[in-house]
Amino acid sequence: MLNIIQDKINSEVAKELVTLCPFKAIEYSSDKLSITAACKMCKLCVKHGSGAIEFVEEGKKSIDKSLYNGITVFIDQTDGVIHPVSLELLGEAKKLAPKANQKVYAVVIGEDLEESIEKLQHFGIDKIFVYTHKALKNFKVDSYTKCFQDFIEKVKPNTILFGATNVGRSLAPRVAARVKTGLTADCTKLDMKANSDLVQIRPAFGGNIMAQIITTYTRPQLCTARYKVFDLAEYVEEKSGEVVQCTVTDEMVQSKITIQKIEKKQSETSISDAEVVIALGRGVAKKEDIEFFEKLASQIGAQLACTRPMMEKGWMDNKRQIGLSGRTVKPKLMICCGISGSVQFVSGMSSAEKIIAINTDKDAAIFNVAHIGIVGDMYEIVPKLIANIEGGKRV
Amino acid sequence: MEIIVCIKQVPGTNSVEVDEKTGVLKRENVASKINPYDLYALETALALKEEFGAKVTALTMGPPQSKTVLEEAIWMGVDDAVILTDRQFAGADVLATAYTLAQGIKKLGNPSLIICGKQTTDGDTAQVGAELAEVLDIPHVNNVISVRELTDKKIVVDADMETQIERQEIHFPCLFSVDKGVNIPRLPSYKRKKEYKAFTITSYTLADFEDRNLEKYGLKGSPTQVERIFAPEKSADSEMWEGSAIELSERLYKQLKQEKFI
Repeated sequence: MLNIIQDKINSEVAKELVTLCPFKAIEYSSDKLSITAACKMCKLCVKHGSGAIEFVEEGKKSIDKSLYNGITVFIDQTDGVIHPVSLELLGEAKKLAPKANQKVYAVVIGEDLEESIEKLQHFGIDKIFVYTHKALKNFKVDSYTKCFQDFIEKVKPNTILFGATNVGRSLAPRVAARVKTGLTADCTKLDMKANSDLVQIRPAFGGNIMAQIITTYTRPQLCTARYKVFDLAEYVEEKSGEVVQCTVTDEMVQSKITIQKIEKKQSETSISDAEVVIALGRGVAKKEDIEFFEKLASQIGAQLACTRPMMEKGWMDNKRQIGLSGRTVKPKLMICCGISGSVQFVSGMSSAEKIIAINTDKDAAIFNVAHIGIVGDMYEIVPKLIANIEGGKRV
Repeated sequence: MEIIVCIKQVPGTNSVEVDEKTGVLKRENVASKINPYDLYALETALALKEEFGAKVTALTMGPPQSKTVLEEAIWMGVDDAVILTDRQFAGADVLATAYTLAQGIKKLGNPSLIICGKQTTDGDTAQVGAELAEVLDIPHVNNVISVRELTDKKIVVDADMETQIERQEIHFPCLFSVDKGVNIPRLPSYKRKKEYKAFTITSYTLADFEDRNLEKYGLKGSPTQVERIFAPEKSADSEMWEGSAIELSERLYKQLKQEKFI
């Protein structure tokens, strides 16, 4: 809770605090300073103010963290095919575990899971918890939540990592709210403190800001992470990992949701799988100009992608949007044209192996992540590049 | 039938930055707007109202100035608008937000259906809808792309599950969130804007709630805490190129060739 020490408030201090607050949550009228509901608890007024606002730590009940052990990964599988994000999270879990003396667990839910389990035994996991039942064949959020509730009550895991797939993004919040614990979405970096607190880093406050988030008063700690953010777990030839078959009760498979039918979607080329991506941003002046970037894309075998404003204008398809509200890419080469580089965009592409950015503004944030920053007008540079490539081909 | 649509006010642009030297947040003076994802949720509700008849209420949580998004919802066609606002709600994470919204919804009676947008453009978590459904103990479906059927007891929707489309049948009460682009949201009507000059927006504070336990709300009710905020890291090995367009394009050509992309 923030507490205002009114004695320390004079009009000068008040003015300073009002301007300091980035959320306009501090108001000053008739010699009284007040904090409104717009407050986001960023505590800047506490850190940078004049000591007139203090943060009063509220006594939260602490738990005995030693009772909880195991960094758990939810294995997202459909018809026996494991989503690769689950294997990336296993890789991350194995990196985090030794930092706080944790075991690595996997939870897999479904029907006919033998093949998935066999595969999971090659990633050096300590235990694989299996919930299998014919009613669990397809993902049903209520039944899967009950499985997780059972797992949490019996095993008391320290952490559960979910891939930010449509399944993970539906299941993780449900589980978090069921056991009343914290959940952090789309983490771009994870670490673990010696006291087993999970350090979760993600963009925040809708700006070019990263936040480090912890869930220190409750266990388990839950988070989701996108596909292609972490590295795949290493395949180990030798099989390991105890398989724990968990009892599935009739109550657990009762569901308020009936799946009437399932239609497989046709697989489509996705920007997430592309090795080379050319991304376009607000620097593109008109829709017709996209054509000439298409030409460059076909010359170097790239997929075209875009930022959110480009998609919102309807100039490009939402399947081509990169960023927190779009997709995550990890190509070998990424060329960013006319993109300022908002943190939301960057979090969807910062793990690209090579990033080249072209922007007229030498202070553009995209240059902070680019390996090569080209200060110039893409409308002049790209046509010449296209001509160079064409010329080069003739020789 | 009663439908509640949860909406949120978000900053007009992502212009918040951290000053690297001082660590101070800088926020430009930008207008706020309705979260663009919520427009699809509003349109979904209004289309259901037109086809089947329903009372649609827009619900938001935030500082008093976020009432403007409710006005926009009214001009689009919702029947009622409610804001949950209290300083005690400040600093709420997903769980505390879901709990606050659930308490607000309890005040509004027993809606059959709650519709949310996929995510907001400021928090970008896409988690509040599902947590809200859990707090209310009702089923939910995410990523709804179309409503196929609606009776007085249940709704049938198509949900996009990435590799497949699932047709799901859910009994009321329930919650679903809609994907972006599932419809074309109507514009606020000028006629309604004129007609509804005297509309009232209901405002609830913590004192109006059934559960007034402070430990459930705001920062105190939030299991996650922001430990620190910082500017995004700079790439360690970066080089800047400046020069004429001809020089730059040739250098880029050589670089791409050298790395075998050409």
